[in-house]
Formats: sequence, structure tokens, C-alpha cells
Amino acid sequence: MSDAFWIILTGALAASSCGLLGTFLVLRRMSLLGDALSHAVLPGIALAFFLSGSRAVLPMFLGAALAGLCTTLLVEALHRRWRVQEDASIGIVFTAFFALGVVLISAYAGQVDLDQECVLYGEIAYTPWDLLLWKGASLGPRPVWILGGMLLANLLLVGLCYKELVISSFDPAMAVALGINAAAIHYLLMGAVSLTTVAAFESVGAILVVALMIVPGSAAYLWSDRLPAILGLAVGFGVAAAAGGYYLASRWDSSIAGAMVVVQGGIFGVSLLLAPNQGLLARLVQRGRLSLRMAQDHMLLGLVRRAEARSESHWSRLQVHQAGKVPTWLRGLAFRQLRRQGLVAGGAEGYHLTQAGKGEALRLLRGHRLWETYLNCLGLPEDHVHAGADTVEHFLDDQLRQELSAQVAGAQVDPQGKRIPDPGPPLAQG
Amino acid sequence: MLDQTLRFFSLADANVRYVLLGSLLIGGTSGLLGCFGVLRKRSLMGDALAHAALPGVALAFMLTGSKALPVLILGAAISGLLGVLAIQVIVGQTRIKSDAAIGLVLSVFFGLGIVLLTHVQRSGAGNQSGLDKFLFGQAASLVEEDLRVMAWLAAGILAAVVLFFKEFKGLIFDAGFLHASGFPTRLVDLGLMGLIVLTVMVGLQAVGVVLMAAMLITPAVAARFWTERLLTMVWLSALFGSLSGVVGTFVSSLAPRLPTGPVMVLVSTALFAFSALFAPRRGALARWRQHRANVRRETRHHLLRAAVELEERGVRGLGLDQLAVRLGWPQGRVRRWAGRLAREGLIQSVQGRWQLTEAGRQQGAFVVKSHRLWEYYLVHREILAADHVDRPADEVEHLLNPEIITRLEEILQQERQLDITRLGNLHKGESGHRPGGREG
Amino acid sequence: MPAENGAQIPLQIHDMTIAYHKKPVLWDVDLEVPAGKLVGIVGPNGAGKSTMIKAVMGLVPKASGWVKVYGRPYEEMRQVIGYVPQRESVDWDFPISALEVVLMGRYGRLGWVRRPGEEDRRLAREALAKVGMAEYAERQISQLSGGQQQRVFLARALIQDARLYLMDEPFSGVDAATERAIIDLLVELRSQHRTILVVHHDLQTVTNYFDWVIMINMRVVANGPTAEVFTDENLQKTYGGRLTLLSEAAQAMAVPPRGR
Repeated sequence: MSDAFWIILTGALAASSCGLLGTFLVLRRMSLLGDALSHAVLPGIALAFFLSGSRAVLPMFLGAALAGLCTTLLVEALHRRWRVQEDASIGIVFTAFFALGVVLISAYAGQVDLDQECVLYGEIAYTPWDLLLWKGASLGPRPVWILGGMLLANLLLVGLCYKELVISSFDPAMAVALGINAAAIHYLLMGAVSLTTVAAFESVGAILVVALMIVPGSAAYLWSDRLPAILGLAVGFGVAAAAGGYYLASRWDSSIAGAMVVVQGGIFGVSLLLAPNQGLLARLVQRGRLSLRMAQDHMLLGLVRRAEARSESHWSRLQVHQAGKVPTWLRGLAFRQLRRQGLVAGGAEGYHLTQAGKGEALRLLRGHRLWETYLNCLGLPEDHVHAGADTVEHFLDDQLRQELSAQVAGAQVDPQGKRIPDPGPPLAQG
Repeated sequence: MLDQTLRFFSLADANVRYVLLGSLLIGGTSGLLGCFGVLRKRSLMGDALAHAALPGVALAFMLTGSKALPVLILGAAISGLLGVLAIQVIVGQTRIKSDAAIGLVLSVFFGLGIVLLTHVQRSGAGNQSGLDKFLFGQAASLVEEDLRVMAWLAAGILAAVVLFFKEFKGLIFDAGFLHASGFPTRLVDLGLMGLIVLTVMVGLQAVGVVLMAAMLITPAVAARFWTERLLTMVWLSALFGSLSGVVGTFVSSLAPRLPTGPVMVLVSTALFAFSALFAPRRGALARWRQHRANVRRETRHHLLRAAVELEERGVRGLGLDQLAVRLGWPQGRVRRWAGRLAREGLIQSVQGRWQLTEAGRQQGAFVVKSHRLWEYYLVHREILAADHVDRPADEVEHLLNPEIITRLEEILQQERQLDITRLGNLHKGESGHRPGGREG
Repeated sequence: MPAENGAQIPLQIHDMTIAYHKKPVLWDVDLEVPAGKLVGIVGPNGAGKSTMIKAVMGLVPKASGWVKVYGRPYEEMRQVIGYVPQRESVDWDFPISALEVVLMGRYGRLGWVRRPGEEDRRLAREALAKVGMAEYAERQISQLSGGQQQRVFLARALIQDARLYLMDEPFSGVDAATERAIIDLLVELRSQHRTILVVHHDLQTVTNYFDWVIMINMRVVANGPTAEVFTDENLQKTYGGRLTLLSEAAQAMAVPPRGR
């Protein structure tokens, strides 16, 4: 087993544990509390080091759990009894604890194998040499055992308490009503976060643990809104970042843990851009599509109104471009789309609305005029209804049109005296 | 150690002077701006800013090879602002909420900063010992040029706060009204944000990236305990911040390996703890005292009222057992409190039984009148039925001061033509409610 | 139709539509309010009453339409508009006194940087006295009751000495005595030929308090003298119908449909 393998495995195990728990933190809007906890366990760890004189795991866990508990209790006390705002309470407590931890470490730095920088970003590079010895034989790196165990514990927690975690995250009141002890779940989760921080502490340090918790879950949240998928993606992203981080740090000599976080961030950035629905690109495309559709609709409406008013049926390309109120830069595109969709046909001698095009245009017109009539029934002044209907017409689907028609009791003529087209045959959706 | 202290504070050493002044400025500005951040409920934005500044510091060094403070600060400011911008974009464009966005940006930028920092360390490109001071802060590394920069920045920050104090106050209290008054609130908000960025930049070298947030939160919250006026809070917060800076610097000068940031934070937290415990009115001790005084007053009132009411029934000379039964208290408690009232001259012992003194009768009458006035009010305003009023009246009577009593009298006289000189007991029989009150 | 002498009309709104996140919440508002009236704005919850006031103040963006105050755009007329926002819009635990809150009403006149001076303080105390809060000038606002807080807000508006007042639910959550005091004050303002618009939630008191009423439910149902316009028919239109179509269309506009 190469060094790279052990290091990546350690990172992956840490990231998986953190990703699992962190997703719940993100969904429960407790990211900052998680951040605070991971900082605040430091004095607990430091004290455990000094008192036990070794790097044994159990005292560290105890110390961390104690520190975590104190933090949670103090934050509650400040917030409830002293009426300090919640985020200020968190800020005061965790910085004080962290400062205490750093002071302890600096003061006793000579005596224990722990320095300030290690606190921040760990020493994952030393993993392959940090071996667990039993009866003289090496069982592999210690961190792998610790983190592996932690992952198992977290998987157990999430697996057994899945329902409770989900309900208490989305609707704490409901959870209580169902007899689920939301407070217990809260403390259980906080405890798991504290312990996982300790387990990952030596490998990735205090501050980067936060990244491993929050970032994968957030990135996953951009891709899916189903919890099992989010959890799976979070773990997947974590593992990918572990591998990626290792290679980045070996190419560009730097802290491996830091590199893992940077890769995590990169994954998040890519998700931010590319995720369907939530991503920035997707939103841009959506907006563009909408504008195009509205342009097409306007063009169709313009044509059918001209047809109605002047009994025309053929137009030149220029006339089509100018039909409706279409922004200049969209005209060509809209026109091309209409032809491609078979709503407008023709050639150099002139363009006309196809059967399908006529049908669509009439539906739009019907919707527009129905809406005008409706607004008029509601008492809106007549010179306004046109503009309002202009915006709404694009968003009326068949169902809304039917309801509208029912509301205006089958009116035939709109407020401006123009005829409202009949419903016509239902068009296939497409 | 004593002579070290004296040496330090005698300011003979020029370096010490710079460092001290620097810490003063840093603590002061953080305390100042921290108030606005805390009152805006944006305490942890400062944390995000500080962590996000780290890659900027490293990059500034890598690109220019210079460790001059203005260069590093510029890099820090740009990077910090980019971080804040990223948070806004994430929150504005996706379903990720602000707490996750802050934590995300904070830790990723910090991770990037660590990568850059460690790369610089390992590539051995000149001594990097200046850069890792930015992690936990080392005020001792401040030199004269640094101080010049910091002094200018601090002066600018102070001037801006003084000039635009009312605009910031208006923005935080009621931004809508400020806008309606004709001020461009977006601009004022940006201005405030800019000042916070500057403050973080000023403090980074001494406090460090990791703990800068604390200096923006803790002194401000501590100051809030002492006052109800914004101006006082702001100055007090600046004072606490400066104190933390000076003491923190001094302590860490005694132990060179100790970074200044954590010590400053601990001092600041100690000031906070002191404020939370001992501030008058809002501190824990004051509130406890107030609570005890309240309970005492209530108990005293209950005893007096019981005595007066018993006397009304023609009972002369009250025995312990009678009072105990009437109040629903254990006899020991009655004895204790009777003793207290006796010492205060409200009751006296006559042939082994208790009797109200004139003073006691007066006070007792007042308590009884309050109680009954309130009962009448509740009944006649049809808020509660006659058999339900005793307990609510019991709880309220201690809070009725003479002004309210007078108003009550007026209302009842006007509306019900009540003869307040002859307020009888509304309860024909016993109300069944024992005015036990809380344990004294 | 906008009148020729718009300079006399305190408030003109034309074809104003307001959308939150692309979802229209107020459609095509068109109205005029004559001078010297005490105007009640009523409608069910979520009908857009507060939104309309905020839009006039420029606090929410308009999707379309314009607003004129005495014939000019409202940005130019801020000096003559007094605004009383909802009490919940503010953190009453903020460390300032009642006097300081009222002084904020002078900020508009002071402009940038200038501090309130002696004259401003005198005016602030006068305003507080007018609302019966003179003794509470130095009191921290969290120590005030709901009715007292509302009075402080009112004093802040009074000190602006405006010709047009816009008040968002000034009667909500106040005791009867405060309510009476407020309405007396508003009547006094009206007698000085000022115009006051009040978003109001209690239908029982409309005919007593207001001589002009605007009824809103996602659009203006009626606008006119109370005696004429506050009828059962209009009430039914305002409060009765469920306007599902308007809401559905609005919803559809917020979530654009996919494809055709």
C-alpha cells in the first residue's frame, strides 16, 4: 500500500464522515454552530493532551465532548438568559474557547507534539508513519482506524435515526407532536460533530473540518432536493476532493488538507455554475428561453392582429420582423424559431401563418382578450387592461384559460370591442 | 516580572511604543465598528471577511515579493471583498441559506490561503515568517511604517464614524425611514461595509485571521450591558477593545511564543464576562438582586395583607397559627418573616401575639386597597368573574405604584361611582386562594 | 385621468403594478387622493395595502406605472411626505431614547453629516408633547409599551411637518386610549389641510375615522368618499371573492412554464 493510498484513504474517510453530518447541519441551518463547535473543541483536546501526556484517543474524545457540551450550553445560556443575539453568542463563546486552546498549546508547546499550525490544518502527510501497533505488529495507520470507526459510527447514527433526523430538521414542532425528542436529536448531532472533529483533527486540523462538513453538502444541495441523493453526493464529492487534493498538493507543494478544501471549493464552484435548475448557467439559459418565447408569442400575436385588422394573410420578412413589439436583437432568432416549429412558413414570395401557427396565435389572442375582460370585470380602468394582459398572456396555460372563460361567463367580446376567439381544438403539448 | 512590566509601560523602548499604539488603534477601531455590526445582526460577516482575507495576503506577497503592510492589506481587502461578494451571489441566486454560504466561503477561502501559505513556506522563497503571523497575529512584529499606515487608516475610520454617525444610526435602526428621508441607503450600507473591511485590515496583523471576528463582537456585546445609549455603547466598546489590545500585547510580550491574537481575545472575553455578571441593571448580579428584592416585597405584602384582613374581621392579636393558616405557609416561615416585619417596625409583639403598628397598618391598608381596587377593576370591566379575581389580583398588586392606584381610583369612581373609602372584600366567603406567593 | 392642476393633488398613482420576485402582488393601481382628507386603506391580509404605501415611498420597486405627489415625482417631494412604518419593522431593543427616534424625523432636513442641534431638539420635545410622551423623552425605547412606541413613531412623523402623511397600521396592537389619542391627532392634522393615508385593519371604525376610503384586494376595488364607496357591495368585492385567478396567474409568472 503506497503512502498516497493511505493518505487519500484517510482524507476520504474524514470527508465522508464530515459530509454525512454536515449535510444535516446545512439543512438545519446550523452551519455556523458546526463551525463554532469544531473550533471550540480545541481546549478540550489540548487539555487531554497535557493531562494524559500522550496522543491517546480516548482522553481526546472525552476532552472534546466536554468542550463541545460546554460550548453548546454556554451559547444557549447567553442567548436565552442574557438575551444576547444568537450569532453574537456563538461568536463570543467559540472564539474564547479557541483562543484558550491556542494559548494552552503555545504555552506548553515544548512539552507536547502539537503546534499551532497543526491545529489549523493537521498533518495528514504523516499518516502513513503514524502506525497502530499491537503486539509488535503494525495494523496500519492509526488515523485510518480512528476515522474508519468514526465513519461507521456516523453511518449507524444516520441510518438508525434517519426518520428522526429528517423530521426534526424540517419540522421540529411536528417532530415533537409525534413524540420524537427533537432536543435529544439535536444534542446527539452536536455530539457527533464534536467527536468527528476530534477524529479528523489530527489529519485535517480544526478549521478545515468545517469545510469538509459544509461544502460537499451545499454542493450536493445544488444538484438534488432529495435527501438520500444529497447525502450520497456529499460523500462522493468528499472522496473526490480527497483524491484531488492529494494530487494538487503533490504537484504544487503545499498543505494536503488545504488542497482538499480547495478542490472541494472547486467542486462547489463548478456545481454553482453547471447544476441544472439551481446553477447560474441554467438560470441564464432559462431566462434566455423565456425571452425568446415571449418574442415568438408577440410576433405571432402581431401577425394575427394584422390579419384581423387588415385581412392580410401574407407578409414580407420585414413585416414579420416588425410584427408585435419584439426587441430588435431578438427578431431574427424569433422568426427562425417560428419557422422551425412550423408555425410560420413561406419563402421569398411571402410568409404566412400555417394551420398550427394560426391555432397557436388564436389561443394566445383568446387568452389575452379573456384576461382583459376579466380585469375589466374586476373594475380596472379600460386603458390599462391591455398592458396587463400583454404581460400575463404568455403564462396562461389551458387550464387557466378555461377558468378565465368560466369566470367571465363565456364573454364573446373584449372591453375594446374585439372578438374573443373560440377555444378551438386542444393542441398537443410540446 | 515586575521590572519587565515597568519597562514595558515606561514606553522607553520605541518598539514597545509602536506596538502599544498599534494595539490601541486596532482594539479601538474594532470595538467601534463592532457595535454597528452586532446591532445590525451581522456579527459573523466580520469572521467571513477575516478568513477570506488570507489568500489575498499570500497572493500579494507572491506577486510582489514585498511584505510591506500596505501591499498585504490591499491584497487582503480585495480577497475579503471577493469573499463577501461570493456570499451575496450564493445567497441571492441559489437556495443555499446565508449561514451555510458564510461558512462555505469562509472555509474555502481560508483553505486556499493555507495552500498558498504552505506553498510559500515550502518553496523556501525567502523567509515567510512574516506571513504566518497573519494566522494568529503577532503585534510585536509591528514596525514604524506599519504603524503609520495603521494610524492613517484608523484616523480615516474614526473620522467617517464621527461624520456619518447619524446616518449609520438611522440605517441600522430603521433603514426604510432613512430611505424615505431621502438618503441613499444602499450607499450608506456600502459605506458601513467598507469601514468594516478597513477595520478588519487594520487588525489582521495583530489579531490574526482566525480570531479577528472576536474583536468585532465581544467588546461591543460587553459594552451593551452597561448602557442604553448608542453613543456610550460605541465609546465603551472602543475602550474595551483598546484595553484588550494593550493588555493582550503586554501579556504576549512576556511570552514571546505566545501569539497576541488569542490573548487579546481572552482579555476581551474576560471583560465581557465581568460585564455580564456585574453591570448594573442588566448584569446577572443586578438582576438577581432585583429578583430577590421583588420576592421580599411580595412576601412582606402578603403578610401585611393577611394581618390587615384578619384585623378587619375583628381579630385582635394574631397568633402564628392563624397567620400560617391564612397564608398557607409553614409556621417557620411565618415566624421568620414576622420577625423581620417586627424589626422594620410594622408589627409588634403584644402579650405573645402580633399586632400591627400604625406604620404597619398604613402600609397594609395600602396593599389591601391595591388588591381590592384591582379586583374591582377586573370584575367591573368584566374581564374576570368575581370568583376568579383573587389570584390575578394577588400577582399584580405588588406592581401597582401610587400613580396607577390613583388612576384606578379615578376610573372606578367615574365609571361605577364607587366609594373608594369603603372598598369591601369582594369575596363573601373565603376565596379559596391562599396568597402563598413564591418562596422568599 | 390625471387632472390638469396636478400640483394641487397630494397623491396620484397611475397604472402601478408591483411584483415581488416577478410575482405581481398589486395590479394596475390607478388612483387620486384629494387634499385635506383622512383616508383609510382597507383590504384583507396580503392584499397589498402596505405594499402600496411602500411603493409610493420608493421602498419597493415598481414593475410599471408612476407616482406623483403634488404634481411632481415623489423623489423630489420627500420633504413634504411624512412616513410612519409598521411597528414590527424595527428592533425596539436598539439602544436609543424616544427623543433620538423623533430626532430622526429631522434627518431629511439636515442632510448629510450635520448633527441635530438645539432647535431640532426643541421641536422633537414639542412633537413628543403633542403625542403625550413628553416625560418619556429620555426613556429607552424597549422600556415603552406598544402604544407608547406607536406614539413615538407618530411624533417622528409629526416633526417632519409634512403635507402628506402615509401611515402603515398605526392602530395595530395599541390600547384604546392610545387609539383615541392618535385619531384626535390625525383629525387635527386634517384640519390643517394636510392629507393623511392610513392603512387600517379594523372595519368597524372605518366610518367613524375616515372621510375617504381606498379598498384594495390585489387591485383597487374602490376609491372615494366613505359614505359613497364603503358599501356592502364593495365590501363583498374586497373581502368576499377569492381572486384565485389573479393569484394563479401571478404564481405562473413567478415560475415560468417549461416549453410550450
